[in-house]
Amino acid sequence: MTLDALLILDVLLAALLLVLAIAALHSQSLRQAIILFIVFGLVTALVWARLKAPDVALAEAAIGSGVAGALLLAALRDRRPGVEAGSSQQRPAWQVLTVTYLVIGLTLTASWAFLYAQLSADAPGLNRLVQAELANSGVANPVTAVLLNFRAYDTLLELAVLFGALLGVLALGPQRPAPRIAGPVVTHLVAWLTPLLIVTAAYLLWVGAHAPGGAFQAGALLAAAGIIVRLSGNPHTALPGGIWMRLIAVGGTGVFLLVGLAAMGLGGKLLQYPADWAGTLILLIEVFATLSIAASLLLVYLGGQPRNWAARKDGSHV
Amino acid sequence: MFDTSILYGLLGIVLAGLGLHAAILQRDVLRRILAINILGVGVFLVFIANAYKGPDAAADAVPHALVLTGIVVAVAATALALALLRALNAHQEDADRE
Repeated sequence: MTLDALLILDVLLAALLLVLAIAALHSQSLRQAIILFIVFGLVTALVWARLKAPDVALAEAAIGSGVAGALLLAALRDRRPGVEAGSSQQRPAWQVLTVTYLVIGLTLTASWAFLYAQLSADAPGLNRLVQAELANSGVANPVTAVLLNFRAYDTLLELAVLFGALLGVLALGPQRPAPRIAGPVVTHLVAWLTPLLIVTAAYLLWVGAHAPGGAFQAGALLAAAGIIVRLSGNPHTALPGGIWMRLIAVGGTGVFLLVGLAAMGLGGKLLQYPADWAGTLILLIEVFATLSIAASLLLVYLGGQPRNWAARKDGSHV
Repeated sequence: MFDTSILYGLLGIVLAGLGLHAAILQRDVLRRILAINILGVGVFLVFIANAYKGPDAAADAVPHALVLTGIVVAVAATALALALLRALNAHQEDADRE
């Protein structure tokens, strides 16, 4: 009985997600499309929670829906007024269409084959290995153990990808013009929200060792605090000066790599932490990763080099 | 639960197809970037549905970690794409003025 109720919930959730995706893809107004995409992200977070992936749910809500939504809305504001592109599809030649549908068909068939093979073989996956080695990882949350110990390579390269994207955005020019100064209601809301977000970020970072949470979710919340302050248009708030911001942004990848190399120096392989130190080292990496993720996401939200960096070219203060 | 995994796995595949379709055929670049994000969510859904092992068993943590990585990479790529779009628009505006 309870199982059936759960299945009804699943079907409703799946249908909702599907409808939201179609609406976001084909809505006439672009603003509406982006807002529907944000809602789509939040419902996706519910699906992750339903499928027992609370870490992913937190990340989806904060990054996939929150930060990505903020980025898309900011991009919408950049457009020239009056250029409202409706949902218009290209009418390409039939050859292009054929190739398109062939690619889509092949992709879908391949994914279905992958999924079906996995499910019908009832493959145990790698979870048994993860559970067996969890005690040696230095943390109690299996997802954090995979991210920062068992498959630390992936996470190191992921931070490098984020850093690379940041370099690309910074190379493209100066930041967007600042928003107008918000009214008193928003200003007060921001004054309440910002410290709350910072404390929540610190909590998520700490709790990630043994419960859902971790550097990515914490970094995204910290970036959200920065984005909200930025949106309030308060002229008295500013980011740390150029050199500090650069050091923080590079710190995530840098400290991670240094710890990995130090592990090599102590006789292990790259990123093979000594078992006694694993917990401490993971926390150290995560602290720097959190700050670095927050700084990177905030800088890409600004859309280019912050204004106070430009002062350096005149040889004046940083 | 087998049914739950199949349901969400299929949904992921359909979302990926819808996203890919729109990413190829939409005219507007911002809409294409949005479509690629929906394509990404579809792929993540296939992974997470596959990691789900029923209401009583622990889910597989490795796909979860991969998807977490994927979410951050997706937002990084989106940010770079949007910055490129902004540079492109500025360039076109300059060209229009001349």
